[in-house]
Amino acid sequence: MSAIYLDNNATTRIAPEVLEEMLPYLTELYGNPSSMHTFGGQLYRKIEEARERVASLLNAEPEEIIFTSCGTESDNAAILSAVESYPRKKHVITTRVEHPAVLNFCKHLSRKGYRVTFIPVNHLGQLDMDFLFKSVDDETALVSVMYANNETGVIFPVAEIGERLKERGVLFHTDAVQAAGKLHVDLKSLPVDMLSLSGHKLHAQKGIGVLYVRKGTRFSPFIIGGHQERGRRAGTENVASIVGLGKACELAGKFLHMEATYLKVLCDRLETALLNRCPDARINGDIENRLPNTTNISFEYVEGEAILLRLNEFGICASSGSACTSGSLEPSHVLRAMGIPYTAVHGSIRFSLSRYTTEQEIDRVIEVMPGIIRELRELSPFGREKFFCPPE
Amino acid sequence: MWEYTDKVKETFLKPKNVGEIPDADAVGEVGSIICGDALKLFLKIDKETGKIADAKFQTFGCASAIASSSALTELVKGKTLDEALEISNQDIADFLGGLPDQKMHCSVMGREALEAAIANYKGEKIPEKEEGNLVCKCFNVTEEKIRKVAVENHLTSVDEITNFTKAGGGCGECIPNIESILRDIWSLKPPEKPPKPRKLTNLHKIALIQEIIENEIRPGLQADNGDVEIIDIEGNKVMVALRGMCTGCLMADVTVRGIQDKLRELVSDDVVVEVYQ
Repeated sequence: MSAIYLDNNATTRIAPEVLEEMLPYLTELYGNPSSMHTFGGQLYRKIEEARERVASLLNAEPEEIIFTSCGTESDNAAILSAVESYPRKKHVITTRVEHPAVLNFCKHLSRKGYRVTFIPVNHLGQLDMDFLFKSVDDETALVSVMYANNETGVIFPVAEIGERLKERGVLFHTDAVQAAGKLHVDLKSLPVDMLSLSGHKLHAQKGIGVLYVRKGTRFSPFIIGGHQERGRRAGTENVASIVGLGKACELAGKFLHMEATYLKVLCDRLETALLNRCPDARINGDIENRLPNTTNISFEYVEGEAILLRLNEFGICASSGSACTSGSLEPSHVLRAMGIPYTAVHGSIRFSLSRYTTEQEIDRVIEVMPGIIRELRELSPFGREKFFCPPE
Repeated sequence: MWEYTDKVKETFLKPKNVGEIPDADAVGEVGSIICGDALKLFLKIDKETGKIADAKFQTFGCASAIASSSALTELVKGKTLDEALEISNQDIADFLGGLPDQKMHCSVMGREALEAAIANYKGEKIPEKEEGNLVCKCFNVTEEKIRKVAVENHLTSVDEITNFTKAGGGCGECIPNIESILRDIWSLKPPEKPPKPRKLTNLHKIALIQEIIENEIRPGLQADNGDVEIIDIEGNKVMVALRGMCTGCLMADVTVRGIQDKLRELVSDDVVVEVYQ
């Protein structure tokens, strides 16, 4: 049984074209790009080609692209650079629904004495913009707001935020790990100072990320050592992954429009069918402003881990915001920040598609899901009487 | 991904004894939909033999919660109520070939549902959870439950308590309380106490007093935002200063006497503790 992989916001398969492009650098072309000899030195040129490809996807300049080891490193580096570049500014603003790479780094800063403001969201997962702009003051070193949310797919108005912050001269970083390759990102017109991207979310290898730093932005390196990446990120380059990421970005640019329509159709089909066939199900997030590949659905009265493991029996891969799958005992911080009732948070399932997802796969999910929900509800003490109210 | 045993997976996919017993003699309900797991246990009891003739369950929760519930019903069938009460949460976990550490609370929930059902049958009222002894507000866990589970399963760390009861797994505010409960439980168990040394030299005595204050007294006070410092030791007289919340506390006298008792017990019968003014 081959897997029906609908967990592409967690990670994606490496595109065959990407792997092909990477292979020589994992085998015969093993040199160090910093070497004086041609054997190693020729790789420098390949890295620069990859940098141009990444820049082209984002409509940025190649010298604005820094290769890192992952999205988390990019996020950490961006935030730390901002607070180190403006040592007298002790205030950072972010949102309550960020990825842990930003959220926990900001919590870490607050333990170090920084003032951190976490902007709330409403029940649709939309950002409280008034709260955000009112929180900005003379001490604000950085505002970090994700481009699109990994759990719900909700897209934030980064262009508007960037515009307003630019007027006030405040540095702006966006975690675009989920957006890059899925949405059209044009950094010539988008007023952000720093942007994070992760390779394995767009069909490249794990262990490679990008931090975009706009020309003229003060930058203080996170990893200090050799002169690589023009001294902004030390460490011998992950050549194969960098080359692979370049190819992945080229492909992402090529498929961007096709994917946006194709995935939206598949995703809508899945969503509509599940809502029709499973009673007491609801969508989490703003369906008007959402990534085309993501849907987050809550099935009341059943628990997410149980759903996932039953799906697993059919080879279907998805994820959940339930407590039992979060690695802690608390369910998803994103859905809780949205004020989704606990009854629905525990039964939330996220499906995230990719360009490799087929119609047949979606139909298979539509076929098996109602049975799974029905069976688990038969097991559950809740939701049997229509007017049942869970005890507070 | 959790490392479930094959038995857990099998039981989760094909649980036994699912459903309601409409004319059940005993019903036990524990957990809540808010906390993420809940179990309703139904028992049918044979009036003549006093044995559990049938058991069924309804569970909202993860795979291990469902598997634990199924295991519980299989374990209790055919047993008398007294025999059933002998079933521990560990027995439930063992029946399933073990549970991941972080999932032990599922077996505890099974045991609790059993107790609740039997209490219901005997017409006993389950004591209401009072605000006063509620330790973990995130998951509604009382001090009684923590003590009971800790003693039954020999738990000594906060992580273990969280795995078995969920307490401390939310906001984490109650972790110091759990620590002091654990200290309290295990300090009551006698054998680990150091034997009272005879004929202490002055230097020995000072070192011992310092060690006891540091390791046995201060953590407890600090957990309540208080503290104590040794100012001077002269013969058998120990001068201390109370700090933090202990300063001006109405219970300060009791605290000082507690320190004195501890030192008398562990160092020498004639120690006097005084507050340095």
